Amino acid sequence: MDFASFLIQLLNGVQYGLLLFMLAAGLTLIFGIMGVVNLAHGSFYMLGAYLSWSLSSLTGSFTLAIVLGAVLSVAFGLVLERLLFRHFYDRDHLDQVLLTFGLIYIFEETRSILWGDDVHGVGVPELLGASIPLTENMSYPVYRLFMSAVCVVLALGLYLLISKTRLGMKIRAGAFNREMAEALGVNIKLIHAVVFAIGVALATIAGMIASPISSVYPNMGSQVLIMCFVVVVIGGIGSVRGALISALLVGLVDTFGKVLLPHLAGMLVYMLMAAVLLWKPEGLFRQ
Amino acid sequence: MSTPRSHLEVLPRSLQVLLAAALVVLVAFPFIGTDFYAQTIARMMILAIFAMSLDLLQGVTGLVSLGHAAFFGLAGYALAFLTPAGEPVSLWWTLPAAVAAAGLAALVIGFFVVRTHGIYFIMVTMAFAQMVFYLFFDNKVLGGSDGLYVNFKPAAVLFDLEDKRVFYYFTLAVMLLVYAFLRRLLWSPFGRALSGIRVNEHRMRAMGFTTFRYKLAAFTLAGALAGLAGYLWGAQTGFVNPELMGFQMSAHAIMMVILGGMGNFAGAIIGAFAFEYLLLWFKDLPAVGAVDLGKHWQLWMGLFIVILVTFAPRGLLGVIERLSRRKEARDE
Amino acid sequence: MNEVLLSAQRLTKRFGGLAAVNEVSVDLWLGHIHAVIGPNGAGKSTLTNLLSGDLAPTAGNILLGERDVTGWSPERISRAGLGRSYQKTNIFLPFTVWENVRLAAQSRAPHAARWLARADRFAATSERASRAIELAGLADRKNRIAGTISHGEQRQLEIAMSLATAPQVLLLDEPLAGMGTAEAERMVQLLLRIKPDHAIMLVEHDMDAVFALADHLTVMVNGQVIASGTPAQVRADANVQSAYLGEGVQ
Repeated sequence: MDFASFLIQLLNGVQYGLLLFMLAAGLTLIFGIMGVVNLAHGSFYMLGAYLSWSLSSLTGSFTLAIVLGAVLSVAFGLVLERLLFRHFYDRDHLDQVLLTFGLIYIFEETRSILWGDDVHGVGVPELLGASIPLTENMSYPVYRLFMSAVCVVLALGLYLLISKTRLGMKIRAGAFNREMAEALGVNIKLIHAVVFAIGVALATIAGMIASPISSVYPNMGSQVLIMCFVVVVIGGIGSVRGALISALLVGLVDTFGKVLLPHLAGMLVYMLMAAVLLWKPEGLFRQ
Repeated sequence: MSTPRSHLEVLPRSLQVLLAAALVVLVAFPFIGTDFYAQTIARMMILAIFAMSLDLLQGVTGLVSLGHAAFFGLAGYALAFLTPAGEPVSLWWTLPAAVAAAGLAALVIGFFVVRTHGIYFIMVTMAFAQMVFYLFFDNKVLGGSDGLYVNFKPAAVLFDLEDKRVFYYFTLAVMLLVYAFLRRLLWSPFGRALSGIRVNEHRMRAMGFTTFRYKLAAFTLAGALAGLAGYLWGAQTGFVNPELMGFQMSAHAIMMVILGGMGNFAGAIIGAFAFEYLLLWFKDLPAVGAVDLGKHWQLWMGLFIVILVTFAPRGLLGVIERLSRRKEARDE
Repeated sequence: MNEVLLSAQRLTKRFGGLAAVNEVSVDLWLGHIHAVIGPNGAGKSTLTNLLSGDLAPTAGNILLGERDVTGWSPERISRAGLGRSYQKTNIFLPFTVWENVRLAAQSRAPHAARWLARADRFAATSERASRAIELAGLADRKNRIAGTISHGEQRQLEIAMSLATAPQVLLLDEPLAGMGTAEAERMVQLLLRIKPDHAIMLVEHDMDAVFALADHLTVMVNGQVIASGTPAQVRADANVQSAYLGEGVQ
């Protein structure tokens, strides 16, 4: 493999990993802080993709679509948390699995009713449509770099929020000891709502920015959900740092695997997960 | 976050009577119902076996697996691979072979998966099952997304499984055998240990039980029994595809077990029948005006699941139990 | 001279930079009750968890009889002859008292994994369970659901379960926790009854019970042993007096 191809695969792997991180971070935060497992997390990704398609057709601007979509997803997350998820924080994991599985059905069918079952494409915005030449006949799309950049910015934002702001401090306090935090005057209900909304927004935005590359199709939610689960299992539940490292690892293994070992491609990531499980059954960075 | 559930293990007299009556109906059905409905009932019985196998894992041992359908599907595929294009294959060796294959897969996957706990267990079972799904989905050699056909029902020599009535009674017999076996298992030392693991695994270890081995044994046995159901499914429908192994199928099985009430196997049978009936009912809904209600069955099913888990998490048996307790309190 | 059934030598457990247990040595003799006392946070629970295998020591060893059981899993140590009861009641709440103890007894049976015979038909297991229930004074509560009996009875059940595995060494973690006077007295009598046949380590806060029961006393503060000897010796020890008078340990 020559250097240019290697660089391309490396960039692709990192980009895929960062995208997975957006999803895994939300999932692991929601589980780490509220103790809720959400099988419908992939549906938010799908929702993001469909939103970007219809909003960009509606407004004619991809950027506007992203901004609008982000706002809508935060609102959606807050409503969902208030109406439904809030009542399941203290329930069995089994009940949560069932609830969120039911939600998958509801979301899928609603998507089918609102947007149909066809596959759609979303155009890459003109500004980002160029490609950076690497060699005489190979170049790298600027849009993919943009995707990675957005993920990095959001990841940084999340890090700053959690470790440097008062809100972040309250979030960490609530995760550590709910009763104590409440006794100290932290509005736990608000914290939970905010964390949930952040998780939903991250997943939705991931879907939105990925849509020009991945297209918009019915099964995209469940496909990405599995990868997301693998990332969280490898990284360790509740650890955002673990999710980042694990997501990059999975992204690189999957991308290089498809190129170097095409027959094993689909299985490589699971083999990685199996190996991690033998060594550390609770993930690499278990809290 | 997970609290151990106290289950209904001893069936109350009223329920026993109900089950006996249902058995009579099941035995008589092929003679009183149409062929089509008999086939539907046979399919429900196959799903009941699948649900009972999951009940062993989930209801008794407390392990919530989102990957149980992998073993169901694998056995169906085993039958498809073993059945040649032009003639049937013998029931008497392919059935044990398919069940053994499913059991072996469960043993291997279980070895990795059983060392995890709680939410991890749920996630890794889902991941491994999807791995199996994609293995079949992506490879033309294994049938790909189109699946495989089972051209002939297995040949039993002593009886003819191509005869729908014979197949019905064969399935009924298998279901009853599995039920009897699992009920005995429940009260055996092994079954008591599994229940103990569900309620308090930490104490079981402190008392000297190597819980890993017990859980792995339960996982393997449950996988093998799921394979038994999968073999019958492949034989009955004549067709297997990767969807049979996916996490949606696993989630349906979880629903069946919850719906009927976990931990006593009777609930699994009730739940399988009820869930499948409900699914068919949703799919058969008529068109109202311009809206085809049946087409959107996933929406109704999703709403049903959400409502069920919010208000009746212990399923039908839980509701019956609560009502009978309230009646007792009133009668005093 | 009574034999030493358990010997823990210079046990240390670190969590990050903090040593919760620091160079602690404990010996348990057959027929003796060795009490471990100390203020909250002294490391007594951690010590108990180290001895039962729930935690692996950072340094030090544990000898059960002749065998080095350092780093063994809890189930292996249990099968080697060690039993424990818990400070926070750790029973099977939905099962009957009988089933709780029967299950504990089952752990010692070679048929523990049999699949088809009824569990309650195994005479040896049932007998062992009956004896443990008798010893713990719970015979008339056999058929009650464990979640419905009183707190004191649940503590007795804790003991019954640890007895049913026929251990030689018993680690009892605050068996009198939350008990009223009458219940506590019953528990003290129970412990005196089982004392001759076991080597017992007793972690307790109830000083009346400790001085009534202990043959040997070890005092822990901040993860370290500050005194160890007969109750009389320990009472007179200057370090102990200053620790309990709140002057701290230098």
